[in-house]
Amino acid sequence: MRPFGYVSAPDVATAVRVVSTEPNAKFLGGGTNLVDLMREGVERPDTLVDVTGLPLTAIEELPGGGVRIGALVRNARLAADPLIRSRYPVLSRALLSGASAQLRNVATVGGNLVQRTRCPYFYDHASACNKREPGAGCDAIGGVNRNHAVLGASEHCIATHPSDMAVALAALDAVVELESVRGTRRVPLLDLHRLPGETPHVETVLTADELITAVELPHLPVAAASHYRKVRDRASYAFALVSVAAALHVREGVVTDVRLALGGVAAKPWRAHQAERVLLGAEATEEVFLRAADAELAAATGLPDNTFKIELARRTIVATLQELLTDGSAA
Amino acid sequence: MRVNVTVNGEARSADDVWEGESLLYVLRERLGLPGAKNACEQGECGSCTVYLDDVPVCACLVAAGQVQDREVRTVEGLADGETLDPVQEAFVQAGAVQCGFCTPGLVVAAHDLLRRSPSPDDPEIREALAGNLCRCTGYEKILDAVRLAAAKRGA
Repeated sequence: MRPFGYVSAPDVATAVRVVSTEPNAKFLGGGTNLVDLMREGVERPDTLVDVTGLPLTAIEELPGGGVRIGALVRNARLAADPLIRSRYPVLSRALLSGASAQLRNVATVGGNLVQRTRCPYFYDHASACNKREPGAGCDAIGGVNRNHAVLGASEHCIATHPSDMAVALAALDAVVELESVRGTRRVPLLDLHRLPGETPHVETVLTADELITAVELPHLPVAAASHYRKVRDRASYAFALVSVAAALHVREGVVTDVRLALGGVAAKPWRAHQAERVLLGAEATEEVFLRAADAELAAATGLPDNTFKIELARRTIVATLQELLTDGSAA
Repeated sequence: MRVNVTVNGEARSADDVWEGESLLYVLRERLGLPGAKNACEQGECGSCTVYLDDVPVCACLVAAGQVQDREVRTVEGLADGETLDPVQEAFVQAGAVQCGFCTPGLVVAAHDLLRRSPSPDDPEIREALAGNLCRCTGYEKILDAVRLAAAKRGA
């Protein structure tokens, strides 16, 4: 690995100041993705500003029933938190479906959101990748693209966002708090990640010197009945081919509230607004669930290796909603 | 920098450490503890699993600068003198070791599992060991060893 400077930040103000003044500096959280990418030579920071000592580790109930999660809460701890497990079970399940125990023990909430794609062409210096080297081309498009995007991709990039946690947060209307030398701002999670378009190397709306300090979940009663279903090539320790985060409330056979998001299908966690529109106020039946899935996936396009994901996403949406309906939690 | 860290219950320190080197490097090359193994260096294989402040982590992904004044327990710290931990004993008895490279990481991961869940069922064992790759055994003997260790601890 190339040498780099290391600074352990004593407080948030110092962390954001150092990153805004040192050229080519990056924040270091749990390191489960950044250190890996540095070993591969894909990330090449000159300075790492370690933020793991900052006091951003609380999980607090907000007035009004929401929850505020410090950006340095480790994934394992968030998954096990009683408040999260009872009010937002989809988030706990999504976290536990990701990575391995060792990685969940160190990976942070903030780092999880800004982790990079696991597209093998992004990692491989012998391949063309517009994310790694803007303008170089994309070898995934004509290559092995079984794991790649079917929604929101462009002719410049078909990589997917790998996070499970972010898919649950997308369904839950989470808001992300960002800090920089210019102050604090709040961004809805759905606006945090960008679709690739012509600039796939620009993955989020964060500026290089902005630090994620917290994620807030709104009071959301429908989330008490929520699930995360992840379809992958082996039962554990694999990224999603397709995943679905869903929350559903049904009264007298009619959908009165619903949240739906997809993972493994796009460069960002994909909120299924089109499907939600079909579902809300409609009868909670398999036929309606299928119609909702079809509405969301109407814009999906596949490549030779990944067209199967469209049908897989359709079935996974329906199965997840059916599960919520039949286990009684949605009533 | 000088790194001060408690390792297996003992206060240890190392001088002239680059903050960016890994905890794994500090343990193996500076403190003479070669139990945790250096394999993928990417957090994928689990061969370098150690306890950091009592939770298992991949030592290859932790920077030396991040362990200042913290507590590390390695596979070397599991046995009580010459008496092996029940997990280690079970790995020997069940024949769960072939080339041995993944063994220290698996022993720590299994040790942690049994602390949290003294009689795990098979899906729980599989999930707990998902972050530890073994290219020799096919895992069956490792599962046997964890079941055996659970029985020994319960006895």
